[in-house]
Amino acid sequence: MELTGAEITIKCLQEEGVEYVFGYPGGAVLFIYDALFQQDKVKHVLVRHEQAAVHAADGYSRSTDKVGVALVTSGPGVTNAVTGIATAYMDSIPMVVISGQVPTSYIGEDAFQEVDAVGITRPCVKHNFLVKDVKDLASTLKKAFYLAKSGRPGPVLVDIPKDVSNTKTEFVYPESVSIRSYNPQTHGDMGQIKTAAKMLLEAKRPMVYAGGGVVLSDASKQLTELVQKMGFPITNTLMGLGGYPATDRQCLGMLGMHGTYEANLAMQDCDVLLAVGARFDDRVVGNVKHFNSVPRKIIHIDIDPATIAKRVKVDVPIVGDVKQVLTDLLAVLNASKQKPDAAHLKTWWQQIDTWRSRKSLTYKNSDELIKPQFVIEKLYEITRGEAFITSDVGQHQMWAAQYYKFNQPRRWINSGGLGTMGFGLPAAMGVQLAHPGETVACITGEGSIQMNIQELSTCKQYNIPVKIIALNNRYLGMVRQWQEFFHGNRYSHSYMDALPDFVKLAEAYGHVGIRVDRPSDVEGALKEAFARKDDLVFLDFRTDPTENVYPMVPGGKGLSEVILAEDL
Amino acid sequence: MRHIISLLMENEAGALSRVAGLFSARGYNIESLTVAPTEDLTMSRMTIVTRGSDEIIEQIKKQLNKLVDVVAVMDLTDGDHLERELMLLKVSAVGEAREELKRVTDIFRGRIIDVSSTSYTIELTGTGSKLDSFLQAIDHDLIIETVRTGSSGIGRGERVLKL
Repeated sequence: MELTGAEITIKCLQEEGVEYVFGYPGGAVLFIYDALFQQDKVKHVLVRHEQAAVHAADGYSRSTDKVGVALVTSGPGVTNAVTGIATAYMDSIPMVVISGQVPTSYIGEDAFQEVDAVGITRPCVKHNFLVKDVKDLASTLKKAFYLAKSGRPGPVLVDIPKDVSNTKTEFVYPESVSIRSYNPQTHGDMGQIKTAAKMLLEAKRPMVYAGGGVVLSDASKQLTELVQKMGFPITNTLMGLGGYPATDRQCLGMLGMHGTYEANLAMQDCDVLLAVGARFDDRVVGNVKHFNSVPRKIIHIDIDPATIAKRVKVDVPIVGDVKQVLTDLLAVLNASKQKPDAAHLKTWWQQIDTWRSRKSLTYKNSDELIKPQFVIEKLYEITRGEAFITSDVGQHQMWAAQYYKFNQPRRWINSGGLGTMGFGLPAAMGVQLAHPGETVACITGEGSIQMNIQELSTCKQYNIPVKIIALNNRYLGMVRQWQEFFHGNRYSHSYMDALPDFVKLAEAYGHVGIRVDRPSDVEGALKEAFARKDDLVFLDFRTDPTENVYPMVPGGKGLSEVILAEDL
Repeated sequence: MRHIISLLMENEAGALSRVAGLFSARGYNIESLTVAPTEDLTMSRMTIVTRGSDEIIEQIKKQLNKLVDVVAVMDLTDGDHLERELMLLKVSAVGEAREELKRVTDIFRGRIIDVSSTSYTIELTGTGSKLDSFLQAIDHDLIIETVRTGSSGIGRGERVLKL
């Protein structure tokens, strides 16, 4: 049957089982929107800004194992989407972004709403395509979904000129796809896996360091089994939270710049490090020279060979899908007669418990001022640790990561790599739509929330009852903290003195707003908010403006050069 | 260290910009880059001359392999290989210099491919360092125009980069 490019586009989305498309219409995508209108399998969510469309698709993807889909028009539609695309790229989120383009005959003529979408997005996509012939459209979309999801996942952009979406051709959706230049390796080398197993069994001070790759590969079960079988300590990165249950004794919490004392010191002092789906980035190991100054053997499992040995030297590289490699590694360990070195492991745990006894996440609560950490602890209690939590970027993000104990993967949704303020609310929309009936909370600050506040309107339109937990300290808190520590208390432009009344603002959008000023009201307000199952509730917590995030490994310092709250 | 990296890539629009963009985005050095079609019309072959520590070169190769349009990557410097570059040089050739330039060109086994009453255009092929030596052997002030293609390379004997 002959279909137009627009109809083919929608058919392809149906074939891929796409449930939601997040988008915003415009001239170049009018035919696609027309085709969307004439069917009801693929649901469209109209956002208020294209950046939010991409973040919502991103949140949808992170909280499920599906590919997120966004649809934007040419020109400003694409440029607005770029922040969202780069966010997904940095965190390896599978996503397909469809953008409209000016008609092929206008390309290069500086036509109205024309940008070089493929050129602009090239550095922040896994791959992108400009479809110049409608005959290539179906196969290109098939490739886009395959590329987004396979190997190391990532966003793929498909740019469709307006005339292509209005030209007819025979529609056949390819059943399979093969790209000769693209063959991601899924199985790790068995020789290397055996070497790794031997190294782990002989370790005296072993440590497991697990990142977002565990979540993306749905390998939590295998990771948990391995860690518990071996009795090793484990730390999760910001992206890996929930990949191993946070409340388990073997979990040392998050590591890195704002990681726990015990996680960072164990990372520094271990003799064998098993890195799983993590990339040793600057916020994790701090100063690489300092990290490398201590001898240790490193086993690194990752699907992307370019991630291995990028920042630190690796002794046993294993390229493959994390879940598959862990399964094979477990099989080798299970078959081995050798057991982990119990005596050394006992001494190592004694050392770790000494570090742990410093209780690096302790904070001084107050009867006068609401401590942000206290809000997160109460949120954790009231939601029984079972909520989907999205976050924006800054101090509140770190407190959320430190005090909300994630026991399951895909519950913690944040922009780790790019650190995109404005991510939290639109991401929460995607999460809520993917999980209707579940509790979804967006932990944010008064700075971040204003970067995509317009999405309160989208939430109203689609009855998305997320709970907004705003830790409002009247400062761009993380900037203020760095200015206090490293810039002589000169608070250059980190203060906001014309904040809106968030309660009234929430009400103006048709939602419920609650302002909380006193610590004694925190619990009641949270309970009230979560009792309102069908309402979006904006909780404006007026928190202590001078609270800092501890522990802190200052930029450029080593993991053991940490500042603790008690040091001050 | 100097490395010559050969790669085969899909003959797709934008493939070259993906490679060039990768080098600039990650701060890798490009000494020269050449690209042209191969006997297989679906693929182009690119030769990149770059410099970097072993770790950087390793990353460059991995990052190139990661590009979806890149079919195969080979570091020619890892084994026996041949390297050639073509230079076209327009020089001022009057008086005594006219004879001297002809002699030097012969010594370097170059050819004069265009002659005017005041100039020669010399064609010279060889490794990059041979071309550099030629430029050093003649009077710098005589050079009117220099055009170099950048290096192309191929493995010796059985060493082949092919799909």
